[in-house]
Order: sequence, then C-alpha cells, then structure tokens
Amino acid sequence: MALLEIRNLHAYYGHVHALKGISLTVEEGEIVTLIGANGAGKTTTLRSISGLLRPREGEIVFDGEAINNVPAHQIVYRGICQAPEGRKIFSTLTVQENLNMGAYSLGNDKATIEANRRRVFALFPRLEERKNQIAGTLSGGEQQMLAIGRALMAQPRLLMLDEPSLGLAPMLVRAIFQTIREINAQGVTILLVEQNARAALRLASRGYVLETGHIVLSGPAQQLLGDEQVRKAYLGES
Amino acid sequence: MKDFFARLRNLDERWGYSILAVVAVLFPIVVPSNRWIQVANFFFIYAMLGLSLNIILGYAGLFQLGHAAFYAVGAYTTAILSTYFNVPTFALLPISGILAAIFAILISRPILHLRGDYLCIVTIGFGEIVRIALRNDVSSLVFLANIPGLAFLKEKLGNMVITGGPNGIMGIARPRVFGFVFRQQWHYFYLFLAFVAFTIFAMRRLENSRLGRAWTCVREDELAAEAMGINTVQVKLLAFALGAAWAGVAGGLYASWVTVIAPETFSFWESCIMFCIVVLGGTGSIPGVLVGTIGMIVLPELLREVLVNIQQWRMLIFGAAMIFMMVVRPEGLWPSQRFRRELELAKEMAVPGA
Repeated sequence: MALLEIRNLHAYYGHVHALKGISLTVEEGEIVTLIGANGAGKTTTLRSISGLLRPREGEIVFDGEAINNVPAHQIVYRGICQAPEGRKIFSTLTVQENLNMGAYSLGNDKATIEANRRRVFALFPRLEERKNQIAGTLSGGEQQMLAIGRALMAQPRLLMLDEPSLGLAPMLVRAIFQTIREINAQGVTILLVEQNARAALRLASRGYVLETGHIVLSGPAQQLLGDEQVRKAYLGES
Repeated sequence: MKDFFARLRNLDERWGYSILAVVAVLFPIVVPSNRWIQVANFFFIYAMLGLSLNIILGYAGLFQLGHAAFYAVGAYTTAILSTYFNVPTFALLPISGILAAIFAILISRPILHLRGDYLCIVTIGFGEIVRIALRNDVSSLVFLANIPGLAFLKEKLGNMVITGGPNGIMGIARPRVFGFVFRQQWHYFYLFLAFVAFTIFAMRRLENSRLGRAWTCVREDELAAEAMGINTVQVKLLAFALGAAWAGVAGGLYASWVTVIAPETFSFWESCIMFCIVVLGGTGSIPGVLVGTIGMIVLPELLREVLVNIQQWRMLIFGAAMIFMMVVRPEGLWPSQRFRRELELAKEMAVPGA
C-alpha cells in the first residue's frame, strides 16, 4: 500500500479551477518529485495535502486513512510536515526557537525534541553554529536549511518540500539536495516540488509532470530525464 | 537618556520587580495624599487593562480597539449582581471575568478570520454597540413585542430596569473580607496592588508558556503556524478570552471601588487609552505596558498640577508628546526585544534593493 495516494483531486481558488483531476502515489521511502512551470498547480497540490486548501473533489489517502477533511493544524500530527514555499520561517525568533516551534506537535516530550534537534544539527551544522541568531538575518540558503530543519523537528513520515532551490546559488542548491538525499536515507519519504527540473529529477526516484492542472507525464525519474518532451519544455534543451 | 534605558533594561528583571514592589508598598506612607493615592489606584486599574489588552494586541497581534466592551461587561456584571442580588464582591470578580470571557468568545469567533485594520474596525463597532446597549437598557428590546405571541413582553420590558440607562448603577457594594470593609483610598491601593502584582506574575508565566509561543508564531505567520500544528483559531480565541477575562476582573474591581458606573465610563475613548498604553509603552512588553500606563494616566495628572494656570493646555501638550513619541520611538518606550526586531526587519525589507 502506498504511503500517500491521491485520487482524482480537483481544487479551486474561487472560480479558478487549479487542479483538474490529479492522481498520484508516493510509496514509503521514496523521493517523488512534482515538476512543472509556474501556475501548473504544484504548490496547490501540496496545499491540498496539508489541508490549507480544501479540495472540492477527489480523495487524499495517507497511510490508509482519508485526510482530505482533516484540518491543517492536525495534519502534522498524522506525520506529514512541509517546508513551505518562500520558507516562511519565524523571522524574529532565533534559529533555536524556530526549531522548537517545529516540535510544537510533540508537546513537552523534551527527550524526543532534544534528539530531533541533534539530528537536525547533524544534517545542518550551519544551523548549530547560528543557533542563537535571529532567523530573519540568516542568508537565503541558511533560511532554507532552517525551514527544512524546522519541518524535520516534528519527525514527519512524509516531508514535503516546496521549491527548496528557489533563489539559491547553484552550489547551495547542490548542498541542499545532497542533504535531502541524506534525510531520505534516514527513512523519511519525500515529496519534492521543484521548478529546477533537472536537479529534482536527478535526486528523485520517480517524477510527475504537471501542466495547467493536469498530470501530463509520469514515470521513473531517469526515464523522464531522457524524455524528449521534458527535455524541450523543462530542461531548456532543443 | 538612551544609556539610562539600556542600563535599566539590563537590570535583572526580578530585581527590578522587587524594587518596584517595595516602592509601591511604601508609596501611601511616603505620599499620604488622598489625591495621589487615587491617581495610583487609577494607574493600577489601567495597568491591569493594559496588560490584558497586551495579550490580544501584543502577544497574539490582533488589533483590538474595543477593549472597553470587556471592561464594561465585567463592571456591569459586578454592579448588577451586587445591587440586585447582594452577592459579595470577591465572589463577583471571577464571575465578571468568566462572563467577559464568554462574551469575548461569542463576539470574536465570527470575526476571527479578519486581519489587521479590518478586525480593528469591527472591534470598534462592538465596543460602541456595548456602550449604546447599556445606555438603552432593556427597553430597547421592546421591539420584540411586535413578534406575534410575544406581546406580553411589552409591559414587562417597558418597566424593567437592569443597566439603569444613561444614569448607570449606583450603590455598588464595597469589597469586604471577614468584616473588614474597603473604604479608604489606601485600602483599595493595597487591594489593587495585589491584583496587579498577580497579573504581572501571571503574564510572565504566560509569555514563556507553550500558548505564549503559539501566539508569537500566529502573529508572525499564520500559515506557518498552522503547518507546525498550531490550531490558530483556538489560539486566537484563547487570546481574546484571556484578555477579556482579565479586563472583566479589572472592571469588577473598578465598579466596587467607585461604586457608581455609567455607560459613558466605557466609551470609545477608554479603548483608545488602553490601545495607546500598549503601543506607546511597548507592544508585547510587560514593563512597557507599565511605563505606558504612567504616560497615559499619571502624566496628565502631573501636568494638571504643573500647569495649574493654563489648564486648557494640558491635553494639547499631552497630544504633542504623543506625536513626538511616535516619531522618535515608534517601537514604544520600553519595547520587547522581539517587537523591536520585528520593526527592524520590516525597515530593512523596506529598503529598495536590500
């Protein structure tokens, strides 16, 4: 059974039909990427999964249970956590305080929180160096690390990343993607939304290509990397 | 001046509060003037109101310009139950608080999704509705008699007096414990001092609690807060309920102190004063609210003393001082570290190209 299964998902922003019947699956332990141009519906898909947007039709099943009617704040208790687009870190809090907020759903379980913090610091030594710094004064790359680290503090089974490469220098993108691979190796399933299709497909095991609310192509990442249509539209080759 | 504030801030907080407590306890002995003790009592009432509004405005970041409504609910609860049913004042204080909290939950739930200025406007409306409803008393409900089957209400409601209309309620019982009745200004001084001390203690605990941290996150970024597993609706409702409960208790204390209350005591101007206390002193900062209360309540009284011959200038100087403050120190007199950072970051973002 798949960890996450989406069947025929329709979502609207007001009258705009943003998702027109999307179906996808994510197996436990996989890295799955969702690629596509601006406005294709990538972020909308993530927002639907995390309960921030109520889909009008279709079903989202996580770990055998339908979650399309679960309020957003309870989704994290089910084991799904996301590093949202634009990072959305708490900019006046310190790095450490941000991480603590990520563990909000764990309550007062100090031992687990401490263990998670150590795990995050091991993945991102930079965050440990800056743990008392105000998050808003971090560089873009560090803020992205913090957003991912904060999401990891809740010990998710499924980690959703929305455009982690946004606005970062190529070298930093490589570093972040390397860390994503490490997180995955620790047993966290990852759903990655990216515009940087090449980097995402190199990292992922499978991929879905979104276009104006439809999934137009899906398959093993290697195969998509070789696909002519994908090369033309998303990898900038002619 | 700047140095002075910096040094004051670096003082260990507990030391600061201990010194303040000693000064406060000695105050009526050193200054045995009834008038100044009365001013101090007003300071205490407004400090409680400011600290309660600080939960909603400072911690949760919800703009609220109708705080006088909760104050009024508390005061009228105490007044009505004490004059009609002779309930002892100390039993009334928790009831006033709870009723104000229930009232706050009822009115804030439908408007909770509003943000910033919009929420502000609606709360102004609620504040005014409460004041006008108190002035109109139950007779304003006579229109219900027009509904078929409810005609009997006409006579009943027409003769009923609950809030006393524009005249308000007189003869509210004074608090008493074991036969001791609070009468003198200095009796109330110590009563209020105890309440303010407890409020400060409670607020400090609240600030660092799980709920306090949740408020900080909601204020910073609601979406991210929700993604962390914070029930933002519940957390914001709690801010309103707790803030209102505290204002309700302050209202009950006020009613039992002055023994006469009227709707005009709870006008929009009162809400403005509370708002200014918080913003002027330092949003989200407990010492800030106390400093703000001195600025808004004690300073005008001091000016009254100094400007004995030019009374009419008093409010003008006061207004000028407020404008000056907002230009020179927009973060407030004694800001919380966090709020100052917020302003600094906002300023940096505003610089084009940065």
